[in-house]
Formats: sequence, structure tokens, C-alpha cells
Amino acid sequence: MREGPAMTTDAPSLPAKRKSMSLIDHIYDPRSRGIILQVLLAVALIWFTAEIVNNAITNLKKQSIASGFDFLGRTSGFDISQSLISYSNTMTYARAFWVGLLNTLLVAGLGIVLATIIGFIVGIGRLSTNWIIAKLASVYVEVLRNIPPLLMLFAIYFAVLKSLPAPRDSIELPFYSYLNVRGLTVPMPTWLDGIGYVVAAFFIAIVAAVLIARWARIRQEATGERFPGVLVGIGLVVLAPLLTFLLAGRPVSFEYPTPGRFNLSGGVTMLPEFVALLTGLTLYTAAFIAEIVRSGILGVSKGQKEAAAALGLRPGQSMRLVVIPQALRIIIPPLTNQYLNLTKNSSLAVAIGYPDLVSVFAGTVLNQTNQAIEVILITMAVYLVVSLLTSFFMNWFNSRMALVER
Amino acid sequence: MDPAAAVVEPSAARSAALAVEMRKVNKWYGEFHVLRDIDLEVSKGERIVVCGPSGSGKSTMIRCINRLEEHQAGHIFVEGEELTSDLRQIEKIRSEVGMVFQSFNLFPHLTILDNLCLAPQWVRKMPRAEAEKVAMSYLERVKIPDQALKFPGQLSGGQQQRVAIARALCMNPRIMLFDEPTSALDPEMVKEVLDVMTGLAQQGMTMLVVTHEMGFARAVADRVIFMDRGEIVEQAAPEVFFNAPKSERTQAFLAQILNH
Ligand SMILES: Nc1ncnc2c1ncn2[C@@H]1O[C@H](COP(=O)(O)OP(=O)(O)O)[C@@H](O)[C@H]1O
Ligand SMILES: [Mg+2]
Repeated sequence: MREGPAMTTDAPSLPAKRKSMSLIDHIYDPRSRGIILQVLLAVALIWFTAEIVNNAITNLKKQSIASGFDFLGRTSGFDISQSLISYSNTMTYARAFWVGLLNTLLVAGLGIVLATIIGFIVGIGRLSTNWIIAKLASVYVEVLRNIPPLLMLFAIYFAVLKSLPAPRDSIELPFYSYLNVRGLTVPMPTWLDGIGYVVAAFFIAIVAAVLIARWARIRQEATGERFPGVLVGIGLVVLAPLLTFLLAGRPVSFEYPTPGRFNLSGGVTMLPEFVALLTGLTLYTAAFIAEIVRSGILGVSKGQKEAAAALGLRPGQSMRLVVIPQALRIIIPPLTNQYLNLTKNSSLAVAIGYPDLVSVFAGTVLNQTNQAIEVILITMAVYLVVSLLTSFFMNWFNSRMALVER
Repeated sequence: MDPAAAVVEPSAARSAALAVEMRKVNKWYGEFHVLRDIDLEVSKGERIVVCGPSGSGKSTMIRCINRLEEHQAGHIFVEGEELTSDLRQIEKIRSEVGMVFQSFNLFPHLTILDNLCLAPQWVRKMPRAEAEKVAMSYLERVKIPDQALKFPGQLSGGQQQRVAIARALCMNPRIMLFDEPTSALDPEMVKEVLDVMTGLAQQGMTMLVVTHEMGFARAVADRVIFMDRGEIVEQAAPEVFFNAPKSERTQAFLAQILNH
């Protein structure tokens, strides 16, 4: 029962008053007040959005820019320097969109995996009792997280990669590989008959490794004996395909890059733009992840480590079985932010000419078609979807880690 | 460091009867002298209660016994073996000395059962089924077998502390250290924990208990030790300690805690 300040304490008239609250009463009633505010806000938002859309349409009409998504079916007419799917300039803008998107996902996906690995190593390293390791890790974090990421890309791209020799002076590396200012060119494998066995061996080895890991766990529970299941599993996944490969008579042929007068022909090339972007994003984000990991581990109370030690667990066991599982709970939410940041920062690709989604689609395609609204909307929607999927996955992971409290 | 090193070697006969022996143990935190010439002998099966004002070094002293803290001078023997910085030996001693903390320190991400099985499985290399059997038997002893599959956060403070005791017992320790096990509990839960500890004492466990529960000290302790400013000021059987404390500091301390 709530009492508005405007109500009198005149008891007999109370019920009547409650039935018909005046406007003033409503304003002072928290529940009514909440509803009124929300309605006002919604009206303002709708008005604001309508105004923007209306304005945009009027402006587009004035400039007689075509609208709609028909342009996606037209021929792009431009080349893209790196593509994970087949692409040529006679294909459509839609195809160019997919090329850009896949390039973005490639660099973001690899970046996330590498930054996580480096971040955990550096983060745990900062807490090491070994003075040199701890100091090295601190210096890494302090230097890298204080450099603007764009500047770092420039540093890697222009100072390191662009100082490589011209194609005709390529540095020759083992395995018929060449390194020059246009990138790292390695022989391109062509798979022959029998490679299927190798692929099959790989997948069978993975299944076997999983089974071995499970068996090792069950055996440990049954007998207390530890079995190096993970090591054996990794060995299996590496060795089984390798052996099959040799037994099947090496079912692969290579197209070797051949140095011409001005350029290399053949082989596959990893672009310096790709290397620069991946390295830059990874090293930069790893510095932040390291800090997150460190504070996550420090966030686990000292008593937990003491309890583990008092039970006779070794420091490594205590870290793995007690500290890290609890630290993950603290680490995951900010880690998600870093993953999203890395994905969004991959659009810095534009600055060094790596053909990511923004560079290809919101850059070249937009310039050629002038369909700014559609292109920007699609691009934003893609980043939104990628980010939401990442968050969704990480939230799921986090909820599995969450502690059960009363 | 120690001029009388020869005196320090425990005779075989004596060390066989002693669970813990501390000889002129000293420790500093920077300039702060936290333990001063601590001499202490605890026989096997003996129950010792340690009391004293806050900050007097009680926790530090018992934490030196399983080397959660390192002493800087003097000698500590546990079950006749001297504590050195040898990691294997520290692990061995820790697996034979159980500890119960004021703040329980259960592992919140593991079920009660997993909390109990963790060390037997990883330190004792015990098969899971056996570890579970041991765990359940101790959960029964602390009277909460029905909570085995819950998580620590779902239990009351008293229940959590009983689980913590059971967890230490699962390693089948020869000595149990308690650091103010009831100080963080609501008053109505103190008794259930003290009952478990009393039961343990009756079964002959060697116990060192830091506590201000004087009722427990009177009923269970063989000896009460009073610490102040890093020193053992007085030690005596409980009836002597409570009825005829010798030092003024002890008298003042007892007056303070018995008067409220
Ligand atoms: N890690 C530490 N660094 C510095 N001083 C400490 C540390 N741990 C404890 N002390 C100090 O040592 C003294 C004794 O602490 P403690 O053994 O916990 O006392 P008690 O358990 O008797 O209350 C206290 O004054 C405390 O402030
Ligand atoms: Mg204390």
C-alpha cells in the first residue's frame, strides 16, 4: 500500500481518494511515474528515429541516389588481393562482400586464439616468482597496451615488413619459399588421390585421442594412476596422419614459386598486410588479456591457495585445479570485451590495405556504387551479428563456470 | 645461526613421542618481530589450545608447522622430521598435517564431495571410488552426508566448517591445526563445530587449536598456551591456567574475555 504525499490522513475519505487519483497523485506515485517516464521516452525515440529516416530519404531523393539492394547482384569490376573463396573482378558485389567478411573473420578468429594464448602466458608470467620472467611480462604489458593500435600496425607494416627486399631480391628460405616486400610465398600444395586417407587418419586420430583422454580419466578415478592422456593424444593426432601420408606414397604435388625477372610466379602468398594486421591485433590485445588474467588470478582469495597447499597439493596442481577454474569466472566477462574489441579493431585493416570487410565493402564497394546507406547498414549489421554471437557463446561458457550460491 | 645446534637434535626416543617440536623459533615481518624464541613440544595425542590477544602471533605460529609461513631462525620438527625448504618434504608434511581455517576456505567451484576427494585423488593417488567412500564416511562423522552433492555456497557457515574439517580428515592426518575455527560463525552454529572437534579429540587426534572458546579449552585441552606479542607467556593445564594464572598479562587477558 503506497501513500502519496498529497493524500490526507482523513481516514473516511481514503478509499474514495485511492479510486480516483489526481494527476498530481500519479506524478508522486513511483509506479505511475515509472510508466509515464517510459511512455515519454518511447515517444521521443520514435519521433527521433522517424525524423532521421525521413531526412535521409529526402536527402537521397534530392541527390537522386538509387536505393535498394539490387547493386549486390552487379559485377564488381575490381580485384581483391586476398581471398579465401574463388573470386575475380567479373564476379558480383555480393561475392566481394563474402570475400571481405571471410577475410575479417580469418584475422579476427586467428587473432582471438593467438591473443588468448599469449595473454594467458604473459598474465601468469607476471605473477611468476622468477624475477626476470615477471619483469619481462610487465614490460610487455606496459609497452604494448600504451601504444595506439593504429600506430602499432604502422610500425609493424612500414618499419618491419616494408623494409623487406623487392621481389627480384627475394630472400630465399628453405622449402622453396621466398620472402619479400610483397609477402611470404610458399609452394602451393595440390592434393592427389590418397590424400583422403590422410584426412581420414587425422579425424580417426582425433576421435581416438578423445577416447584415450576419457579412458585416462576413468582409469585415474578407478586406480589413481595418472596417464599422460593429453600428450599421447597430441602425439597421435600428429603422427597418425603423418604415417598415413608416408604410407600412401606422399599423395601431394607442389606448385613451386619461380622467381621471374621482376616478380615471383606461382605458389601461395601470405600478404604482409595480413601478417601485420594479425601480429598487431594479437600483440596489442594480448597485453590487455594478460592484465585480465593477472587480476583474475589475484582475485581468487589467498585462502584458496593456502587451503590447497595445506592439503599437500603442489603449486601447479593448486593453480590448475583450484585457482584457474575460479579465476575464469572473473576473467571471462572482460575477456569477451577484448574479443569484441579485437574483432572491431580488425577494421583498422583499411589503414594498411588488408582487404577486410570494411576495406572491401564499406570502402571500395561503397565508393563505386555510392549506396552509402545500404552498404553501411549491411556492414554494421554484420559486426553486430558477429559481436552478438561472440557474446552469446561467451555468456554460455560463463554460465557453465558460474558458482552455485545459495 | 644457532650456537647450540648440538642441543637441538632431538633424541630418537623423545622425537618418537613428539608430534611437533619447536626450538627457539623466530620470525620477522620486515622489522616486525612476530615470533620470539618460541619453544613448544606437543606429544602425540595431546590437545593444545592456544589463546592470546589479536595480533599476538598465534596464527603465524601454527602456520609455521605446515610451512604456510616460513620461520627464519630456530628449528621445527614434525613427527621427528625437521622442516627444511625441501619441497618434497614440505608436501609430505602438509599431507600429514590437516588445517582448518577461520574462513573455511572450501573450494567454491567444487561440490562438497569433490572438495573432499580432491586431495586424496591428486596427492594420495587414491582411486575415485575409494576416495568417495572415505569422503562419505567423514561426511557422516560430521553429520552432513546428505549435503554431499551441494556446493559450499549452498551451506550454512557451521556446515561449511564441518565440511572443512572432514576435508582435512580425508587425508588421514596425524596432526590437526585449527585457526580460530568458530570465530567466523554465527553463535548458534559454534556448538555444532565444537562438538565435531570434541569428538575428534576423544578419538585421540593430536590437535593444536587457536580459539577463544574457553569452555572448549576447559573440557578438551590437555594444555592451554597463552601468547602475547610473539611470545609464549604461559602454559599450563586448563584448571591451573584458568584458576591460577601466573602472569599479569594472562590475568588481564582472561579478565577481558571471561567478562562478557
Ligand atoms: N604477511 C604479513 N606481513 C606483515 N605482517 C604480518 C603478516 N601477517 C601477519 N602479520 C602481523 O603479524 C602479527 C601476528 O599476526 P597473527 O599471527 O595473524 O596474529 P594472531 O593470529 O594472534 O591474531 C600481526 O600484528 C600481524 O599484523
Ligand atoms: Mg589469527
